[in-house]
Amino acid sequence: MIVTQSEFTAGILDPKRPAPEGLQDGTGAPTTKRFDVYRNNVAVSLTDALVNAFPVIHKLVGDEFFRAMAGVYLRTHLPDTALMMFYGNEMPKFLKRFGPAQSLHYLPDVARLEIAMRKSYHAADAAPVSADALGQIAPDALMAAKLTLAPAVQILQSSHPIHGLWQANMVADAPKPVKQAENVLITRPQFDPVQHLISDADLTFLTALQDGHALGVAMSKAGPGFDLGTILGLLLRQGALTEIS
Amino acid sequence: MSKMTNTLLVASAVATAVAGIATNAAAQENEKCYGVSLAGENDCAAGPGTTCAGTSSVDYQGNAWTLVPAGTCADMELPAQADGSARMGSLEELDRDLPA
Repeated sequence: MIVTQSEFTAGILDPKRPAPEGLQDGTGAPTTKRFDVYRNNVAVSLTDALVNAFPVIHKLVGDEFFRAMAGVYLRTHLPDTALMMFYGNEMPKFLKRFGPAQSLHYLPDVARLEIAMRKSYHAADAAPVSADALGQIAPDALMAAKLTLAPAVQILQSSHPIHGLWQANMVADAPKPVKQAENVLITRPQFDPVQHLISDADLTFLTALQDGHALGVAMSKAGPGFDLGTILGLLLRQGALTEIS
Repeated sequence: MSKMTNTLLVASAVATAVAGIATNAAAQENEKCYGVSLAGENDCAAGPGTTCAGTSSVDYQGNAWTLVPAGTCADMELPAQADGSARMGSLEELDRDLPA
């Protein structure tokens, strides 16, 4: 007897279906119970993966809600890679459409932040440039200089207080979030990702750098009132610049 | 703003940034503490797949959508979005997410 992969997958995802026909326990009997165990372990392990992946969402909605929601998510979003640390990439999109979570309009952006933190954590290492390397560039060459951001750098824009929500749930004694738009820069100076609140102008500047624009162009995009010295200082201290060309 | 002014601005900002690092370098070294996380307080940001997940739990799949978010969201005190649509789950919305 042959069991196709699609029959097997369908059986895994729907507890109401019987075990795929043709699966045997070795003595010729059907494997109903064994298949139930297998099916349970798939669902539980993916649910646990999501709990690990989204600690802030998990806290925000509570364990019971999160696990029930994960049960819906995992049945429509099977892992597309064997690397479990990246499971849950579609969560922001899913949360936007998931009816019972609609009252928490900030959830999708919090999920984006949690994904960005993980991407930063798992990004490749890169040797940062020293402050001197930047200091040695002739003033009239600076405008055309291109700065490369480290692979671990992530930039997020949100109309919700994503940074405040994250802090309030992950850091002891952090203040409650204030209703405001927040942009976040994530760097990884050592081993763990670190979040920094940044202004709209900072966000524009960093996005321009990421898009490959020269320092002068990125600066003029950021507009008047932009504090280049402060953000450059932050990038240098955080080891977030890896190349100047 | 003329090109020259811009150049000067950038040069001075870079000089400020670089000077700030020279005096701060030593203070910025972080130390990673290994193996000192208390149970349940592990601040490892690695995410799933990095520990051996147990498989003794039971997945109670059900579409029991009487559930409402019940965690810390309750005391976050963030008003609903601008269009006032603080709607709770509708079955219509939910149907789209259910497994086929």
